Formats: sequence, structure tokens, C-alpha cells
Amino acid sequence: MIKRLLIANRGEIAVRIIRAARELGIHTIQVYSAADADSLAVKLADEAVLIGPPQAAKSYLNVPAILDGAKRSNADAVHPGYGFLAESAGFAEAVTNAGLTFVGPSAEAIRLMGDKVAARKAALAAGVPCVPGSAGRIDEPATALAVAKSTGFPIMIKAAAGGGGRGIRIANDLEEFERLMPQASAEAQAAFGDGGLYLEKVIERARHIEVQILGDGKRVIHCFERECSLQRRRQKVWEEAPSPVLPDDIRQKLCASAVALAEAVHYCGAGTLEYLYDDQARDFYFIEMNTRIQVEHPVTEFITGIDLVREMIRVAGGEPLRMAQADVRRQGHAIEVRINAEDPARNFLPSPGTVSALRVPGGNGVRFDTLLYAGYTIPPFYDSLLGKLIVWDETREAALARLKGALADLEIVGVHTTKTLHQALASDAAVAAARFDTRWLERWLEQNGPRLAEAGPEQAREVAAK
Amino acid sequence: MATKQILSPLPGTFYRKPAPDKPVYKSDGDKVATGEVIGLVEVMKSFNEVKADIAGKIVKFLVDNEDAVMAGQPLAEVEV
Repeated sequence: MIKRLLIANRGEIAVRIIRAARELGIHTIQVYSAADADSLAVKLADEAVLIGPPQAAKSYLNVPAILDGAKRSNADAVHPGYGFLAESAGFAEAVTNAGLTFVGPSAEAIRLMGDKVAARKAALAAGVPCVPGSAGRIDEPATALAVAKSTGFPIMIKAAAGGGGRGIRIANDLEEFERLMPQASAEAQAAFGDGGLYLEKVIERARHIEVQILGDGKRVIHCFERECSLQRRRQKVWEEAPSPVLPDDIRQKLCASAVALAEAVHYCGAGTLEYLYDDQARDFYFIEMNTRIQVEHPVTEFITGIDLVREMIRVAGGEPLRMAQADVRRQGHAIEVRINAEDPARNFLPSPGTVSALRVPGGNGVRFDTLLYAGYTIPPFYDSLLGKLIVWDETREAALARLKGALADLEIVGVHTTKTLHQALASDAAVAAARFDTRWLERWLEQNGPRLAEAGPEQAREVAAK
Repeated sequence: MATKQILSPLPGTFYRKPAPDKPVYKSDGDKVATGEVIGLVEVMKSFNEVKADIAGKIVKFLVDNEDAVMAGQPLAEVEV
């Protein structure tokens, strides 16, 4: 049993974890940097411990400083949240080696899923469909050529040791492939000290669908899927559960595949398996697993009634999963929109500053998870997420209507936010029809972005009508 | 000879180099032209170039690499 939980994160997720922990009777200890002394999480936690200067590298990413904070405050467990050290196998290991409980999967599971080639191999071994391509890394040009011919074009050439988009090339035909392959290998060797490559077919016009799972190390259940196709620069801005386009038979197969892969790695805690979904061919492909709680977890909580953060803390404390798969039912539709301190009219320029006044939406089926309070000064050192507005209703149509009302009620005075973007999206015909893919929003923004300038609700509605 | 200051346009973390393994944009004593980049300010994970709005000779930088800065805070002193 966990008695004293150190929250090794900040912002809205720290607030979320504090609330889940205190409902379990757990004493909460919030770490904070010098820039976060006034944060809501510090105010709400039972105690707080300073771990360093504002820069994340010296505070929230500083493993010795966090472990020292845990020691000083007598913590017996550490929750990593999302971002920062949440998917660092080294951090999970250091926490465990210090004799503390890590609220998350084992360092081995984090390491396995963090390695793209190893994760793909594990998925294929568990019978989970992956994006067509090479089974593992490729070092021989002849092998690469054979794989490319059988997979088809366009095809992505990726560095086995790569990440963050580096070392990726797209070949549209065989000729281009033969020209790019040696370049990609040389670049991978130069950039990562490893010329190994792997190949993946380019899935055009795909949707992003992910499956939430919970495991206790022996058993894994799924809590259905979320769709997060509305993205900007690979960052999700709007998420829903369930996916509005997934047929029931495909949903069953998709969720079963996620459980099979998570069980194969003896997964413990909350995790998410991300897939690309081709809604024309009705095919899904595993892309990666996130071994942590995700930003968009509340939409799943709304449709299933399961408190995911509470369950991950219980499981980390040694309890078995409390529910069987048949106990997990879904009802209605939930939508989450991310409210960021960014100006959508000025290419999403960050907008830190002081929130002089705040009006928070409420009512049935409305939830606002935030780090804000009136008078709070948003520090410039961390990401721009201020909060998440989540709505639930019986149908997607009703949820969209409720979202519009909740957005109108939300007022954040003093900084620019992405509220106007979401108002325009909530009134958009393509969004209402769920007619989008992962690149839809960027195309839409090219047309509509500048018109979100200083937009009040009326102007945002006008934009959506065009 | 008058001295003027280049101010930070944004709050955040100030960097004097384009990347950790690259040399600094400008050193004390260097000449600077209007519009030239003298550093970066990282605000909410996005990097923004700081351009000189005056020309002259940099007397000295007033903040260190990776220092936290406020909007309007003087970054460098320039002899114009």
C-alpha cells in the first residue's frame, strides 16, 4: 500500500494526481521548481518540496534532485505523470533502486516499448498488425530492396536509432528508393552512430486511434478507444471517445490486439497503444505504445466511469485489477479540447502571463481539469497546456452542442488561448461529420488560422460557417 | 559614445548558442548589425530568435547562457 506519494510532475496532471491520491487516503507531496512555488498543485498538495531552479533540465528532469526530494519528504512512491521523466526507463529504475514504488510499468517494459524496432517485433509476435514494412532492422541493401518491392510505395525509410522525425525519408517509387537508401544509411550513421534502418509503408489519410489499457502484471483489460485525429505538428488538440467512425467488429479486434500486446509484456499500470486507422480499407496498424497516463485520459473516464489515475495508483500499490473485462462498459460520447496559452491567430505563439480573471464552465457532463486560478502567473518555462475542457453527453451530436456552451462559458482573461480555435472547430461541418484525418487540421488552419485573430465567439462562428 | 541595451522580447530561458555543441552567436566585443541574431529565448518549449534592434559593438552580455529572463530584461549592452 502506498502511504506517501511524491508527484514528480507539474501543471494540470499534478493536480489530477493529487485529487486521485487524496481520495485513496494517500498523503501527497508535490515537487516544484523555483518558478512553480505559486502553482495550484503546490497549494493543493499536503506538502511540497523544492527541487531546483525553473529550467526543467535542472528540476523536473533532474533525477537526483527528485530522488533527494523524495528522501527529504519520506515518500514511499513516485508518480511520474506524463512528459518529463514519465517514459524514462532509467528514472523508473532509479526510483525502484531507491526502495520506492514507481507508479507505472517496469523499467524493462518502458525500455522495450521505447525502442521502436523492439516494440514492432513484440507487436508482430503478439499477432498485432503493424504498418507493412520490414520485420526488424535492415543492414543489407539487397534485403531493403526486396522488402520495398513487396511492401509497395510510397515507403518511409527510418533510422533504427532515430527519433523525433530525424533520419526519415519518403520514397515514392523504386528509383527514388534506390537513390535515397544509401543517403539514409549514411545520415543515420552520422547522426546516431548506427546505420541500421527500417522500412514502413506510408499510410495516407489515416486516422489516429488509440486503445487505453490497464494491467496488474498478470492480467490486462482495455477501456475502449479514443480518436485523436485532430493534430497540429503531431500534437493532439482535440480528442474523443469512442471513435466516431469505428465499426463494432473492428473495435473488438482493435481492443483485443492491444490487450494481447500488453499481456505479452506483462504490463502493469495504465498504458496506451497507438494505431493508425485507414477508414476506407478498415485496416488498423500499431505504431507505438505510451507507457504512462495520457493527457486525454478523461474522455475514457467519462464513457467508462473508471478513474484511471486511481486504478494505476492502486495497482502500483500491489492490488490486483478490481474489474474484469466484462465489467468495462461504455456509454455515450466524450470530447476533450486542449486549452493552451497560445495565440491561434499568430501561428500559435506562446502567451505566458497573468490570468487576471477566470470563469470556469460547469454543469452536467462538463469537466475542466486545469492548473489555473484567478491571479495566477503562468511561467514561461514549461509547455503551454493550461487545461482541458471535457464534455460528455448521450450522443456525439449532443456532446458537440454541450461543448459549444461550455466553451462560451469559459473565460480566461489576460493571456491568449486556443479557445477560439475550438469554438470554430466545434461549429465546423467536417468536424460535425467526423470527416477528418491526421493532416486535416493543418490544411484547415492554412485557410482559417489568420481569421481566428482576436476572435470573440461571434467571429469564431463566422469562421466556422465559411 | 553612448551605450544602449538589447532587451528580451519574451520571458523564458535565454540561450547564447543555436545548439549546445555550436559556438555562441556573439561574444563580448563583437560588432552587431541591426537584425542580427544575438541569442534565443525558449518560451513554453518554442525557440524564438532575439534580433538586435540597434547596431554597434557589444560591450558585454548581461545574462548568462541558460539564464531565466523576463520580458523587457536587458540582455546585452551595446556601444552605438
